[in-house]
Amino acid sequence: MNSLGEAFSAAWRLLAGFDAELAQVVGLSLQVSLAAVVIATLLGLPLGAAIAVERFRGRQTLIVLLNALMGLPPVVVGLLVYLLLSRAGPLGSLGILFTPQAMIIAQAVLITPIIAALSRQTIEDAWREYDEQLRSLGARRITAAMTLIWDTRFSLMTIVLAGFGRAAAEVGAVMIVGGNIDGVTRVMTTAIALETSKGDLPLALGLGIVLITLVVLLNALAAVIREVALRKYG
Amino acid sequence: MLPLELNAVSFAAGDTAIINGITARIEAGPRTIILGPNGAGKSVLMRLCHGLFQPTAGSVNWHGAKNGDVRRRQAMVFQRPVMLRRSALANVMYGLKLAGKSRRECELRAMDVLEVVGLAQHTARAARVLSGGEQQRLALARAWALGPDVLFLDEPTANLDPASTHDIENIINAIHASGTKIIMTTHNLGQARRLGDEILFISNGRLLEHTPIDRFFKEPASPEAAAFIKGELPWH
Amino acid sequence: MALSWRTVMRGTILGLALLGLLQGSNALAQQKFITVASTTSTEQSGLFKHMLPVFEQKTGIQVRVVAQGTGQALDMGRRGDADVVFVHDKVAEEKFVADGFGVQRFEVMYNDFVLVGPKADPAMIAGSKDIVAAYKKIAEAKAPFASRGDKSGTHAAELRLWKTAGVDPASGKGTWYRETGSGMGPTLNTAAGMNAYAFTDRGTWLSFRNRGDLVIVVEGDQRLFNQYGIMLVNPAKHAHVKKDMGQSFVDWVISPEGQKVIADYKIGADQ
Repeated sequence: MNSLGEAFSAAWRLLAGFDAELAQVVGLSLQVSLAAVVIATLLGLPLGAAIAVERFRGRQTLIVLLNALMGLPPVVVGLLVYLLLSRAGPLGSLGILFTPQAMIIAQAVLITPIIAALSRQTIEDAWREYDEQLRSLGARRITAAMTLIWDTRFSLMTIVLAGFGRAAAEVGAVMIVGGNIDGVTRVMTTAIALETSKGDLPLALGLGIVLITLVVLLNALAAVIREVALRKYG
Repeated sequence: MLPLELNAVSFAAGDTAIINGITARIEAGPRTIILGPNGAGKSVLMRLCHGLFQPTAGSVNWHGAKNGDVRRRQAMVFQRPVMLRRSALANVMYGLKLAGKSRRECELRAMDVLEVVGLAQHTARAARVLSGGEQQRLALARAWALGPDVLFLDEPTANLDPASTHDIENIINAIHASGTKIIMTTHNLGQARRLGDEILFISNGRLLEHTPIDRFFKEPASPEAAAFIKGELPWH
Repeated sequence: MALSWRTVMRGTILGLALLGLLQGSNALAQQKFITVASTTSTEQSGLFKHMLPVFEQKTGIQVRVVAQGTGQALDMGRRGDADVVFVHDKVAEEKFVADGFGVQRFEVMYNDFVLVGPKADPAMIAGSKDIVAAYKKIAEAKAPFASRGDKSGTHAAELRLWKTAGVDPASGKGTWYRETGSGMGPTLNTAAGMNAYAFTDRGTWLSFRNRGDLVIVVEGDQRLFNQYGIMLVNPAKHAHVKKDMGQSFVDWVISPEGQKVIADYKIGADQ
């Protein structure tokens, strides 16, 4: 289709021209997803580590649940957070619906299970290898958990990158709790949805190119980290 | 802490008895080798003594030492060295820091020990990129730095080449000379002869012999030991 | 562990993220704003981009538009998640006010509906000024027709016209009558892709860029009149509603000045 080629060249012109609106949308996307992944890591990493090294009743069930929550549909998370933050809902008095804060919360809810479940797996694998030696040296549970977190830091870093990628790429949650308000809560993914439905393909494609580039860069970064880590630290 | 007394110690995993009613008294002084064919239960016995496992029956008693104290005054080196993802020096310092020493003390002591085991050139290198023999030397250094009363070693040279094995054996002797009690497992007769002062012979989870080394090799009391010395496969 | 460059980098990213969060909330907190619930057709027509900057410059109040379907927009008003509601479904709006959720309904400019279709015009209705007759012809010819099917104001208007024409479009479901269940833009996308007729508001059509082979085939019928209404959400029901700022927006929209801004947009868009 000819229009695809035209759309691509128009998109390229937009990107090269460093359109101010485009920059604002991209900047907001990065801020929201970055803040969300930071919160998700602060919550999910200790949780994953704790489950990895502790033994308790219902542990297996909790692991299965956590793994299942990785597949939470973003649009469902959006709906649930919307119901929470709506004026008619329990946290309505906070008045943060349709603001970036709400988007950060929704994305944090979405990716905390991912970080918790994957870090749990990584730390548990390491724990199997290290457990006896650490106990022999006299490390108690919490010290052991922290040692394991540090030792698996490169794998954990790629997990965090994966979480960030998932947040930056989703549209369902931020659309519902953010409202896609021009200049306030419009991010790359919601802008692409809007421009596509308006039939304004060049802008949508331009944003799409930026988004794909971001995802590719994240994956490349993860690969580089793995390489460097292996060579330097073994 | 010594003598170490094992009273009818048993360990079962599910229905299978891995250690079956072992009673023994291990004194301070001689280098003790726990000898036996593969699958006899030597590694499990070591872990029971060191406290990594709890016996399902019977008890492990250290003489006069309180519970918290006991762990800190022992150390263990495993068949496969477990190195933390940090420098060789940091690995040795890890155990010392856990024992509550100041950073300065940790560093000095660690450097000393690394010097003795011949790794002074490698202190800043990442521990996990060292060779197998170097890593095992590092593991010994890490254990020795803690100044333990008892050092357990579980088949420490099983995966190493002869040159590395030789290095390790020398270090073990040096540790013994410095006053630490050595308790080691091996299935290698030659090594037992080189390093042992007394033998605990284990077969099928039972303690069959506890004798000084010369008597063990000249006049083994049990048919299993005799077969083992001759290099035959044990019959059930 | 030593203060490695990695720790420093991590700390920097953390700091930046938190800074972003705080800065974002600060900037937003200081800005005066109202939340307006409106429809996707209105936003996609580009009207808000044209008229809101004028209001913002005059009053310093930022107008945040959340665009959804008419039903959702009214629901937002009922829940108190918006300060002002601006939709185009007279019946539903009057009920909204009658139920006590809106203070008063004011009529705003009109946007009319048009029927678009393929240049080839299989139902042979191009140039007609009679929408009902056109619908009858489409049904007879069983020509492909893309409907929003999403219970929006536009969809409601479309269904009323089918009823007037004495046609039950459900009879053609799955064959010539295609319900997309989506907004105006996506429905037009589908119509362009399928070379089908579609019922749309003029505003969205004018700013729609992906027309394919479609052109306006029927317009100007009185029955295609599309009346908008603006309402302040009732502060008696929701105490937190920004009634002063909301009211000033309502007042401006229905004022001669506001109406002129809106009329200017339509003229400009006509080109």
